[in-house]
Amino acid sequence: MPDNADMRAWIVARASTWRGIVQSVAELRRQRRASVEEALGAVEAYRGLARDLATSRRLAPDSRTTAALESLYAQLHALISRRPRGGAAALLDLLRTDIPRAFHRLRPHIAGMACLMAASALAGWWIITAFPGLITLIAGEAMIEHVERGHLWTEGLVNIVPSSILSVNILANNIAVSVLAFCAGIFLGLGTLYLVALNGLMLGGIFAFVHQHGLATALFTFIIAHGPVELSVICVSGAAGVALGESIAHPASGTRRDSFQACAHQTAPLLLLCAALLVGCGFIEGFVSPDPRFPLASRITIGVCYWLVMWALMTGRLLAKPAPAHGSS
Amino acid sequence: MDDQVSVQSATGVDLTLRIAGPGSRSYAFLIDWHIRLLLGGAWLLLAGFVLKLSLTLRSQDALLSLLPAAIIYFLYHPILEVAMRGRTPGKRMAGLVLVSRGGGTPGTAALLIRNIFRLIDALPAFYAVGLVACFVTANRVRIGDMAAGTLLVIDDTAAGKSLSRLETIAAGSPLRLDALELVDQVLERWPALESRARLQIACSLLARIEPDSDPAHLSALNDVELHARLAASLGRRDSGPGQGSASA
Repeated sequence: MPDNADMRAWIVARASTWRGIVQSVAELRRQRRASVEEALGAVEAYRGLARDLATSRRLAPDSRTTAALESLYAQLHALISRRPRGGAAALLDLLRTDIPRAFHRLRPHIAGMACLMAASALAGWWIITAFPGLITLIAGEAMIEHVERGHLWTEGLVNIVPSSILSVNILANNIAVSVLAFCAGIFLGLGTLYLVALNGLMLGGIFAFVHQHGLATALFTFIIAHGPVELSVICVSGAAGVALGESIAHPASGTRRDSFQACAHQTAPLLLLCAALLVGCGFIEGFVSPDPRFPLASRITIGVCYWLVMWALMTGRLLAKPAPAHGSS
Repeated sequence: MDDQVSVQSATGVDLTLRIAGPGSRSYAFLIDWHIRLLLGGAWLLLAGFVLKLSLTLRSQDALLSLLPAAIIYFLYHPILEVAMRGRTPGKRMAGLVLVSRGGGTPGTAALLIRNIFRLIDALPAFYAVGLVACFVTANRVRIGDMAAGTLLVIDDTAAGKSLSRLETIAAGSPLRLDALELVDQVLERWPALESRARLQIACSLLARIEPDSDPAHLSALNDVELHARLAASLGRRDSGPGQGSASA
């Protein structure tokens, strides 16, 4: 410990400054926005505190003064490196830049997931056609009973459960599946592959089963409004999950952890859009799909249009910036 | 395992962050869990008994009765962490805060990613994966933190109080800084210490800072007198042992 009196004199001399910093940290933490003067003041205080901390670490490394200054310095550091809340501009940037970039990067993975889903759907179709008894593995008893009696399990659904409740249940379930397909990528992508293949297998198997009972057209009519986007979103989430697994298995740069973190940040915006799209799917599935008043043509129109909106959002074309005019002086 | 992380800052003076261990993490989580359970339950009671709404899943009322409770329970963490910039009431009570790996306030994207991975951290039950990850990873982080690039660190909000007290005692006491801090710490913790332990600590401290004092005389002093002697060594008027640090 250096000269005791000097150290104490230093503490007394600097204490009023520290008190001011403590107060401004408490105020800035409470505020949602800070003025330019407040921000500049905080940066100045940060510089001063860094000098004081360096001095205190040198003169009294294990003291409470140093510990308290360390803490105050960390609080001020977190405050001045705080990003402003973006609001509408950040959302627009997300839709114009981050999502299309992530989609562009994941295109090969999305194509791969679509192929996997199609292949497993065909496999499901073949399995149930060849071994009809296996339907009990992928469908519930009530569902099988309905189909064997010549009715889809979706018939009269809106009479049992209100459409609004049905929509919320469906969208919550779909979002959970989509998020799980993404997160399961942490198991080197294998978890995601399993989930996507299982979904494809079930889809193909159930279609084969209802086809055997002459209800394939009815099921197609039921799913065509919401299905295209719902299945596409599962493929996109699966692609993000596989990319996540790939980032751990073959880190592109830095450590596996850095690569995992970078991949999660790059693909997460796409997942956010997927969740938003699934909300729309939930409402279509709750209000349009089970309602017999909607003819097939309008269901196809809804399904195709919604899919085109999804495509335009993912590629960034829906909200693209207008190109600058050429030739103007 | 290291409980501190050094982070480079723009000033050239590194930042030291104290990492929260699995214990503090679990403590904060349990507080939050109780809060969301109570809030969700309170809403259900309000909906069922005061607003007379049906609590069955297939009723028209479910949107008003069950959905808000589900939102409170399942979206508590993402909503509050984003709104409170890396804190929740539980984290605040446990003295913790989320920061980015650079020591800054984490962004909305990072906080949402962190919460998405709860799905994996919570597997197979009671956050087993997350808890194991906290024990085996370098910065005691769960998988969600790894994906988001966040750290759960100790947020010492009492630092300001501690600095202002140091100013007062540094100005009024002739003691060396290390002794001064030690006495101040003992007085601060005085009400929480066991009577016998604090008598022993106070006697040995007084023997160190007042070498001329008679050990027999010191050991004959009672609780109140020892507190007064220690307070006097800091150059302040004693307001009694019951008030401890509040006297500074």
